[in-house]
Amino acid sequence: MNLLELHAVEVRYGGIRAVKGVSLSVAEGEMVCLVGANGAGKTTTLKAAAGLLPAAAGAIHYAGAPIAGMKSFELVRRGMALVPEGRGVFGQLTVAENLAMGAYVRDDAAAIAADRERMLQLFPRLKERYQQSAGTLSGGEQQMLAIARALMSRPRLLLLDEPSMGLAPLIVERIFEIVADIAREGVTILLVEQNARLALETCQRAYVMESGAISLAGNARELLDNPQVREAYLGE
Amino acid sequence: MNRAARPRSPLAALGVILVAAALLVLPFALAQAGTAWVRITNLAILFALLALGLNIVVGFAGLLDLGYIAFYGVGAYVWAMLASPHFNLHLPFWAILPIGALAACVFGVLLGAPTLKLRGDYLAIVTLGFGEIVRIFLNNLSRPVNITNGPQGIARIDPVRIGEFDFSTTSKIAGLTFSGPIKYYYLLLVFLVVVIVLNMRLQDSRIGRAWEAIREDEIAARAMGIDTTSVKLLAFAMGASFGGIAGGMFASMQSFISPESFVLVESVMVLAMVVLGGMGNIWGVVLGAVLLTFVPEILRYTVEPLQKAAFGRTIVEPEVIRMLLFGLALVLMMLFRPSGILPSSARRREREGRQP
Repeated sequence: MNLLELHAVEVRYGGIRAVKGVSLSVAEGEMVCLVGANGAGKTTTLKAAAGLLPAAAGAIHYAGAPIAGMKSFELVRRGMALVPEGRGVFGQLTVAENLAMGAYVRDDAAAIAADRERMLQLFPRLKERYQQSAGTLSGGEQQMLAIARALMSRPRLLLLDEPSMGLAPLIVERIFEIVADIAREGVTILLVEQNARLALETCQRAYVMESGAISLAGNARELLDNPQVREAYLGE
Repeated sequence: MNRAARPRSPLAALGVILVAAALLVLPFALAQAGTAWVRITNLAILFALLALGLNIVVGFAGLLDLGYIAFYGVGAYVWAMLASPHFNLHLPFWAILPIGALAACVFGVLLGAPTLKLRGDYLAIVTLGFGEIVRIFLNNLSRPVNITNGPQGIARIDPVRIGEFDFSTTSKIAGLTFSGPIKYYYLLLVFLVVVIVLNMRLQDSRIGRAWEAIREDEIAARAMGIDTTSVKLLAFAMGASFGGIAGGMFASMQSFISPESFVLVESVMVLAMVVLGGMGNIWGVVLGAVLLTFVPEILRYTVEPLQKAAFGRTIVEPEVIRMLLFGLALVLMMLFRPSGILPSSARRREREGRQP
């Protein structure tokens, strides 16, 4: 069953069509990525899927229901979590408070505490920085916090927007390993990423986006070998 | 989460009892220096109520509001219209107070709803305009139907009366003489304690956390599942209600109000109290209100005699010196304590960049 489905979605900023009829789907348990150059419309597509931007045309279905008219916070309550571009951690709040904020829609204190412990095991660096304000963390630590915070809502679908942005290659690899682990635990993931190689190596299926439309789609391994992709996105 | 650190040790409890005792005898001590000082103290408490209301909007939710005094005005006019010879209505205290708070709350939502998408400077400009619109309405709603009595204002407003107990007259209780201002002092003190407790509860609540998230990053707040629209409206509505209650008390204490009391400078003053004291810190905001009410008054009583003693005449008008020192104090504050006298824990942490 498709957990997320976009059908001929268009998104406009004023008169400009940033996304021109994108169709894609993410099945339950799958890990899918959306790769493409800067300005191709990847983030805009993701924001529309998360209900942060309205679709001017087309339809978006999440868990079988259309999301048109649904506010982003209602989607979070239905198990959709977004790790926004540029991480968006609450800089003045501590790591602990950021994690608590991630569980905002939940009220089962015992389970929240258990999940927090799990996050601190998954990201030991966050445990070291537990009472420190998030603004003082390094970029990689902030990205880990943003992912951990999103997981605190116990999502069915995790939307990740450019987790590699501005991070050192070693940290990026570490973060992708963690994301792959999360996917193995059964969380469905849609990943938007400029680092095409790493994204294609990590995901099962992929869509390639170019100036607002999907230009290629298919098995991630096969796309990795596709000469067009190799030339345009892998620098070969 | 050590934000909710409340006094628990016996020493802290003793401190609270001492402060409470000092606050209880304070008006009698001040009355020795003149009833004027009791009135100034009352004004300081009123401003503290106002600043605490504005702190919800500015300090907790991070929405810059430059027209906050409008809600104070709405509360004051509601009281004046429902308890004065103007409409020949004399509703009791417990009826007007909720009506005033509700009216201010409605105005808060009226301001909040269309401005939800605005941020920072743009929000500041719209709220500034809103404050002026309310004042201009108050000034002009005397024709064709006389609602606010225009620039003449409304006079002979009823004082607070609970049953037969009148807060404006002097009475003797248990051998002690309670003048009008002293009685109001105790009433205002009760209000202040209630509002402080409410604010503390709010800050530690789910809503308080949602405000904090919005202040930090609105997109991320939405991604956390926070209904940012209603939570922001709630901040406006609650802040406005506190302003409305303070306005009602102001009208009853002064027994006369006019649009002149609700000008832009007053909004700026209340905002200065919040910023100076420490945005988001309840005790800081109260301290800011007390300082900004008292320091100018103290200067008023010292600047002129000092000059007379030194030069034999007044060289600089007290009013000028007050504004000069006030400006200087604000500049120095921003240089040396940019997060306020008592910064909120989050801001302090961020500025120091270390573990709390």
